[in-house]
Amino acid sequence: MSFLPDLLGQALNGLAYGALLFLLSVGLTLIFGMLDIVNLAHGSFYMLGAYAGLATLAVTGNFWLAALAAPIAVGLIGALVERGLLRPLYRRSPLDQVLLTFGLIYLFEDLIKWGWGGRIRSISPPPVFSGRVQLGGLTFPTYRLFVIGFGLLVALLLWLLIERTRLGAVIRAGVYDAEMTEALGIDVGRVFTLVFGFGAALGGLSGVIAGPIQSAYPSMGVSVLIPALVVVVVGGLGSLKGSLVGSLIIGQAETFGKAWLPGVSMLIIYAVMAIVVLARPQGLFGRPLR
Amino acid sequence: MLGVAVLLLALLAFPLAFGRYPVRLLQEILIWGIYAMSLDLLMGYAGMVSFGHSAFFGVGGYVAALALTSPAGVIGGPVGALLLPVSAAALAALVIGFFSTRVRGVYFIMLTLAFSQMLFAYAFQASWLGAEDGINGVPRPALLGAPLGDGYGFHVYVVAVVAAAALFLGRVVRSPFGHVLVGIHENEARMEAVGYPVRRYKLLAFVLGGTVAGLAGSLYAQLSGSITPDALFWKTSGEGLLMVILGGTGTLGGAVLGAAAFILLQSLVSTYTDRWMLILGGIFVLFVLLAPGGIVGALRGRLGLRA
Repeated sequence: MSFLPDLLGQALNGLAYGALLFLLSVGLTLIFGMLDIVNLAHGSFYMLGAYAGLATLAVTGNFWLAALAAPIAVGLIGALVERGLLRPLYRRSPLDQVLLTFGLIYLFEDLIKWGWGGRIRSISPPPVFSGRVQLGGLTFPTYRLFVIGFGLLVALLLWLLIERTRLGAVIRAGVYDAEMTEALGIDVGRVFTLVFGFGAALGGLSGVIAGPIQSAYPSMGVSVLIPALVVVVVGGLGSLKGSLVGSLIIGQAETFGKAWLPGVSMLIIYAVMAIVVLARPQGLFGRPLR
Repeated sequence: MLGVAVLLLALLAFPLAFGRYPVRLLQEILIWGIYAMSLDLLMGYAGMVSFGHSAFFGVGGYVAALALTSPAGVIGGPVGALLLPVSAAALAALVIGFFSTRVRGVYFIMLTLAFSQMLFAYAFQASWLGAEDGINGVPRPALLGAPLGDGYGFHVYVVAVVAAAALFLGRVVRSPFGHVLVGIHENEARMEAVGYPVRRYKLLAFVLGGTVAGLAGSLYAQLSGSITPDALFWKTSGEGLLMVILGGTGTLGGAVLGAAAFILLQSLVSTYTDRWMLILGGIFVLFVLLAPGGIVGALRGRLGLRA
């Protein structure tokens, strides 16, 4: 294997992983920006999405239907969690919300284990993207190219939604100053539910999309939560742009670390995060700390 | 004072009345109890919610395991079982705390999390620490030239060390230093304005908490005869928070009750059903929602006592 195609292959793998991290972390950062909640159950939404996808695949055999059904199902679960469990805690310290979502990790993981058993299941990619392509001197799975494109498409759509629509304006206003937005006659409570459900839906979507690359098992939510948090902290809590840039950085750091520093590869992303937090606590694109 | 003596006697007499399994459970509760207490010192008193407390538990455990499995027991005895693990945990807490106490709130949570995950990731891949499998075959230490073995000697040792750590933490929170910590928790800016070097106080609290967590980790490695990267994983930190919340924050004693509830749920419920995680998660969610004071808060309410 020659050096350049190898390098290109690593970079593309890193890009695909970064795209997945973006799909996963953007919901987390959206929820934090709007509701000030560090949702530790976000990894569980990712896991629930993968299993909702598996269920849809088992019935219909169609990957695209699975990619549609999973975010809807997980979004509804998210909206229910916000309404039923988190809303009563808004008057209490933010810590109580973090801890509640920590308890939800156990609940969701065990529910899935109960229904599906603990073994690892794979999601096969849609037939269109199940092959490989020649790029220069290297062969690359087409599904990973699709993931890269899909991640960028979602980033673009989210940017349009938040910067160019009325709903987006309300969300931005709510992030900036919830009380003032309420005073303008907007039902912030409903927007909270909507945003939490939407963030959860994005988490669920990322679970299905990641399925053909990462496969599904009940504790997948726990293992994926920390990289997602790392991305959000590096990019800046609550920042859409930060979550995109952070995902790309962490995706490359992880992939090149595995190839070049195999002995300490797992350590690298935490080192990146620690450096960023110490040098710039609010993250690359976060609002300055008060 | 009388209460403490009675409790100590009861703990020491426990193996006379119960079999191996209950004694083992009691020892686990005691060890996780001081771990939870040390975390409560940070979150309940100083108001520093750390998601990286597993770092110190793990460092204590790994150093004890390395020392006690060293060739021919060169560093056995109290030095390997207590002194080295505790010093290593204190040092780790000093370094991590030095950086982490520069930030607050969510950022403090994230930074402590990052540091502990760094240690986890390192241990998971380092062959001299046994990588994924960790270190096995850790012997029980010898004290005063006599090996403690599996029996009553080890029980007395665990009770004695745990009691010393618990009394130490109790002393800390009742000292002027402990009152300053509560003051910082309530209003950091005011304490700063009054002239307290707030960061130094927070760092010292962080080091004290980390030291006791290291002691717990060391005892745990001796009890179970092994230490794995799981000890350093962030879930160990989360479970500590869970114990503190279940018991009631800011009460120390509550942390032990929370640890007891956690261990008993985990081991008793899991003998009847595979669904212990579901039950534990459900109970925890209900406690956060309905009983923010934890077990201690609920008891106080029932007995009509005031905090």
